[in-house]
Amino acid sequence: MASSNLDWQTDDKREHPAPLTLENVHVSYATRRGKVRAVRGVTVDLHAGESLALIGESGSGKSTLGLAIVRLLPETAEVVPGVITYRRDGREIDVLKLKPNEMREFRWSDCAMVFQAALNAFNPVLKVWAQALDTAKAHGWSDKDAVRKRLVELLEFVQLDPKRVIDAYPHELSGGMRQRVLLALSLLLNPQVLILDEPTTALDIITQRTIIKLLRELKEDQHFTMIFISHDLAIAAELADRVATMYAGRIVELGTSEDIFYRPRHPYTLGLIRAVPTVSGGFEQLFSIPGSPPDLVELPPGCKFHPRCAFASERCKQEEPELVEVGPNHTAACWNWVQVEDELKRNPLHRGALNVLDTAVVSEEIA
Amino acid sequence: MAPIIEVRNLTKQFGKGAEMVTAVDSVSFAIEPGETVCLVGESGCGKSTTGRMVAGLLEATSGEVIFEGKNIKQLDSAAFRRYRQTVQIIHQDPYSSLNPTQTIRQIITAPLLRHNKVKGKSAAEARALELLEVVDLTPARDVIDKYPHQLSGGQRQRVAVARALTVDPKFIVADEAVSMVDVSIRVSILTMLARLKKEFDVTFLFITHDLALAKYFAWQGRITVMYLGRIVEDGPTQRLITDPRHPYTQALLSAVPEADPELAHHKREIELRDAEIPSLLALPRGCTFHPRCPYFVAGQCDVAVPPLEALPEGGRVACPVRMGERISLLV
Repeated sequence: MASSNLDWQTDDKREHPAPLTLENVHVSYATRRGKVRAVRGVTVDLHAGESLALIGESGSGKSTLGLAIVRLLPETAEVVPGVITYRRDGREIDVLKLKPNEMREFRWSDCAMVFQAALNAFNPVLKVWAQALDTAKAHGWSDKDAVRKRLVELLEFVQLDPKRVIDAYPHELSGGMRQRVLLALSLLLNPQVLILDEPTTALDIITQRTIIKLLRELKEDQHFTMIFISHDLAIAAELADRVATMYAGRIVELGTSEDIFYRPRHPYTLGLIRAVPTVSGGFEQLFSIPGSPPDLVELPPGCKFHPRCAFASERCKQEEPELVEVGPNHTAACWNWVQVEDELKRNPLHRGALNVLDTAVVSEEIA
Repeated sequence: MAPIIEVRNLTKQFGKGAEMVTAVDSVSFAIEPGETVCLVGESGCGKSTTGRMVAGLLEATSGEVIFEGKNIKQLDSAAFRRYRQTVQIIHQDPYSSLNPTQTIRQIITAPLLRHNKVKGKSAAEARALELLEVVDLTPARDVIDKYPHQLSGGQRQRVAVARALTVDPKFIVADEAVSMVDVSIRVSILTMLARLKKEFDVTFLFITHDLALAKYFAWQGRITVMYLGRIVEDGPTQRLITDPRHPYTQALLSAVPEADPELAHHKREIELRDAEIPSLLALPRGCTFHPRCPYFVAGQCDVAVPPLEALPEGGRVACPVRMGERISLLV
């Protein structure tokens, strides 16, 4: 792969201060029914060079949070209160106070968002080359040859044949190729932070693997700082250093990937993990989470998860818990996290592997 | 036991001339009563087209669908009606498969009355309530007068299942039935379907692109893998998942992202010769996987379509080159 000769920041960024800090970020949408409180008080530091996965179901606020960082929310949304601070090379920027032209600058050259590769992520009447040139020009880069050279490099990096792709219209490309073109375009202006919203959703399995391999390379070889937004736990397991579980607009648990998958302390995280099967793991008994996600206009009192929670107690119905430390670099927002820990002592989450060459595995039945 | 559904050399072509695609090409399999069979493959492999032909929603270009021993094209009208009632299909999208202008009561009672399953409105209501309880929409009285838009995706999919149950089916084609449902709720729908299997002797053809779900749902059953219109491998789930033989099955299983960091970091990497799937409009000669296959043998794989051959360990594999070789999917 041509990554070694790509010229982007090669300094060890793990020494740097957090490129992105969110403090008490709230986002609400005005609707006829009332205020939809999509994000409610998210505070998190994104470390330099790390990849953080935001996981949760539809309506958990994960996509809204991603859009808030690059300020691409619809006009009905407001981000109040909240502070988003971005740092690069000693500069410190208050993202929510940027003027529109500064924001445009920030959006592609500091922090780039990669959307799910639907056709509507592109301008349908522009060839890939024209999309790239438009982007470059909008950021004051008008040296056509240099842009082309950079685009060819990036297309090679994402394992596409530049000759075939550069003069193609979006509809002429397969879903996997479009996702890779989007990734290449997002890297065009050398951003420091990448936000990827459902980067593999709706792609075929083998294509998903190609994208995962590319993203791993960006992470491990180039030390990009990345945020993955996905409903798919597998994306977190495959790519994330740290995982944040979101529920009803809040981060309810934050920890290393291993802590979240094997030692979760929030009942919602535990519920998600126990609801998802693996292919290579031993046969697992799966459980669904009863009920459905809350109405974001009329949120229940106390912990927003309590109506669906097997660990809920009286206190959960009254008071909403804040994130507390439950281990080193591991926080969870649950009054009863100790009970979750006890439950995992009885029924650990390590599934082990199916013995690959022994088909005489335990036969259990579902239900 | 005699199969409840069998298909022989089932083929479906769409379009004509240079634009013609063969979506399903000479597919044969038999499903016995009580079995659970998963049809898996990526988009465009023909799994949904096959399901629709089995359910009688789409006519085959050639080949046969055999229901309880008889070709469905040769059934008289009474027998054909019985076939159409016995074999039901549940679609992927519960947002478009339910009429938005009808209440759940109308959606469920209409087929009950139409097919004389019950006599009179009150009996239909009683039966509708019963069916809603069966699919875990409880209390059923709170649901029956709602419109589809007042329900969540998971609840709508349950209504679709209840509607399928009105005609006492013995065979259900579930086409990506939980793909659009939130992960936390998927399992409860699968568990409900598994219960129908036991309580109502329903046989399932479960169509999905998600191998982990297929493994879970058909743990005691079989998986059939399709690629570009053909079956490349099938067999008992536990054999197929742990000891796949067709290079495409191996590539697919090794590519599946795993929701477990340890497994995710120990999966074997299988490098394909070409990352892109060929177009159905220009299918490669011979084995359609040959341009991507790491074990490609020139002069063999690109000449003749390999036949599905029985494997002593169970199932069939369409790869004479590799069917005797085992590989480990974890390293």
